[in-house]
Amino acid sequence: MTRRMRWPGAGTALSALYMALCYGFIFLPVIVLVLFSFQSGDLPAPPFNGPSLRWYQAASADGRLVDGFTNSLLVGGSSSALSVLLGFFAAYGIARYEFPLKRAIQAIVILPLAVSYLLIGMGLLVSASWLGLSPSLGTVVVGHVVVNMPLAFVICLAQLGEHQRRVEAAARDLGASTFRVLFSITAPMIAPALIAAFCLCFTLSWDETLIALLNTRFDVTLPVVILSLLRGGVSPLTNAAGSFIFLCSILLMVVVELLLLRQRR
Amino acid sequence: MKAGVSPPTAESRAQARARLAGLGFALPAVAWILLFFAAPIVIMAAYSLMPLGPDGRPGPLGLGAYETFFAESAFTAALWNSVVTTVVVVVASSLLAYPFAYGIARVVPRRWRRLALAFAILPFWTSYVVRSYAWLLALSPVGFINHALLALHVIDHAILFAYNPQATELGFVHFFIMLNALTIYANLAQINPHYVMAARDLGASAWRCFLSVTLPLSIPGIAVGAFLTIVLCIGDFVTPQILGGFRGLLLPQVVMMQIQRQLNLPMASVMSLVLTLVVALAYLAMQRWLRMARL
Repeated sequence: MTRRMRWPGAGTALSALYMALCYGFIFLPVIVLVLFSFQSGDLPAPPFNGPSLRWYQAASADGRLVDGFTNSLLVGGSSSALSVLLGFFAAYGIARYEFPLKRAIQAIVILPLAVSYLLIGMGLLVSASWLGLSPSLGTVVVGHVVVNMPLAFVICLAQLGEHQRRVEAAARDLGASTFRVLFSITAPMIAPALIAAFCLCFTLSWDETLIALLNTRFDVTLPVVILSLLRGGVSPLTNAAGSFIFLCSILLMVVVELLLLRQRR
Repeated sequence: MKAGVSPPTAESRAQARARLAGLGFALPAVAWILLFFAAPIVIMAAYSLMPLGPDGRPGPLGLGAYETFFAESAFTAALWNSVVTTVVVVVASSLLAYPFAYGIARVVPRRWRRLALAFAILPFWTSYVVRSYAWLLALSPVGFINHALLALHVIDHAILFAYNPQATELGFVHFFIMLNALTIYANLAQINPHYVMAARDLGASAWRCFLSVTLPLSIPGIAVGAFLTIVLCIGDFVTPQILGGFRGLLLPQVVMMQIQRQLNLPMASVMSLVLTLVVALAYLAMQRWLRMARL
C-alpha cells in the first residue's frame, strides 16, 4: 500500500517535468519570434534592447508586406466563403437525403485531405500551364477551396443532427420551399459551426505557402512575401510581420473555440 | 407496396425528387473536386509521360522522364533523403509526443485538460513559414541558443546550427509533436478507463498495465498521427528550404528547382508522383491500424 502511495507521486513529478520540457520546446521559437519583433536594434538576436514598435511601423510601411496582406485577405476570404458554401450544401445533401452513390460521393469530397499540398499545387500549376493561363491569385483561391472545402464539409456534417430535422419538417409542412428551409431554418441553426468552419478555413488559407508559391508570380500572398524576405537574411521586420500573422490566427482560433464549445454544450 | 412495381404515385415521385435534390446539393462540391483536384492530377500524370524534347517543349508520350529520374543520382539521392527525413521525423515526433499526450490525458486534472491541450497546440497557429524562420533565429550563430551556450561556457565560439539536415528535422519535429500529441490524446481520451482499472484489480503492475492494455489500445491514434506526419512532411518545401540550406536537398526542393530554374514541368510532375507513390505505400502498410481509428 505504501509503495502504491509513493510511486504515483514520483511518476506524476516525472511526468510534470517532461511536460514542462515539452511546453518549453514547443514555445521556444514563438517566444524568440515575438520577443525580437519588439527589438529596437537591427538584428533579431540577443541582446534584446527594446521594447520598441520600430519594426511594426516599418512593416506597415513596407509595400510588399501590405500588398501581400491585402492579397492574403482576398484569397482567404473568398476561398473560405466558397469552401463553407460548397461544404455546407454537400453536407446538407448527404445528411438529409437518400440517394445512390452517397458513400462514393462522400469519399470523393474528403479525398483531398489525404493528399499532400505539393500534389494539389503541382496539378494546378501544370494544368494552368497546359491551358495557357498565367499564374494568378485566382488559381490559389481554387486550390485553397480544394484543400479547405473537405474540412468545412466534415464540420457541417457533424453538426447536422436530428434536432434541426424536426424543425425543418415543421417549416416544410407550413409550406416553405427547400431553399427557404435551408437558408431560414438550417443555416441559422448551425450558424456557429458555419462561422467556425469559415474561420478555420481562413486560418489555413492565410498560412498556406506551397500552393500559393507554385501558382503565383507577381501578385503574391503574405507567406510567399515572407519567404522571399528571408532571402535577404534575418531581420526584425520579418519578426514583426510574423508576430502579426500569429496574432490574427490566434484571434480567429479563439472565435472557433468559443463557437464550437458553445455548440457542444 | 414497392415503388418499382406500383404505378407512379405522388409518394414515389416525391421520393425520386428527394433523390435528385440530395444529388443536387452534393453536386457542386463533387464537381469542384473532380474539376480542380482530380482532373489536374490526371493532366499532371499525362505531362509526366511527355518528357521535354530538345526544343524545351513536352514531346511525344514515353517513360523518358521516369527513366531520367531513376538514372540521375542527384534525384534518387533527394528521394532517399526525403524518405529518411520523414522516417526520422515520424519516429521522433511519435516517441516524444506520446508521453506528453499521456500526461495531458492521465496526469493533468480533468478541468485543466482542455486548456493544457489548447496551449500545447497554440504555436501551431503561427504561420508555417514564420515558425521555420523562428527556428532559424534560434539556431543562428548570433541566436538565442548560441548565446545561452556561450554564457554557460559549454562552447567557446559560436556554432552555425542551421543549414543542415538535422536543423530541418528539428523544425519538422517541432511542428509534428503538436500534431501527434493531438491525435494520440484524442485516442487516449476514448479508451475506457474501466479496462485499466480491471487490469490493476487483477494484479497487473502499472507498467504491465500500460504495456498490455493502454499502449495496444492507443495504436490507432499513433497510426493516424504518423500517417498525417508522412503526408505533410514528405511533400513540404518550406522547412527544408529555410532550415536545411542546400546540403542534402529533399525532393520537394528539387521539384521547385525543376520548375523555377529548369522550367521542366514533366520532370517536376514525375517527382511529385513518386512522392505520392511513397505516401500511398505508407498508407497500404499502415491501413490495418488507420481503419481502427475513429477520430
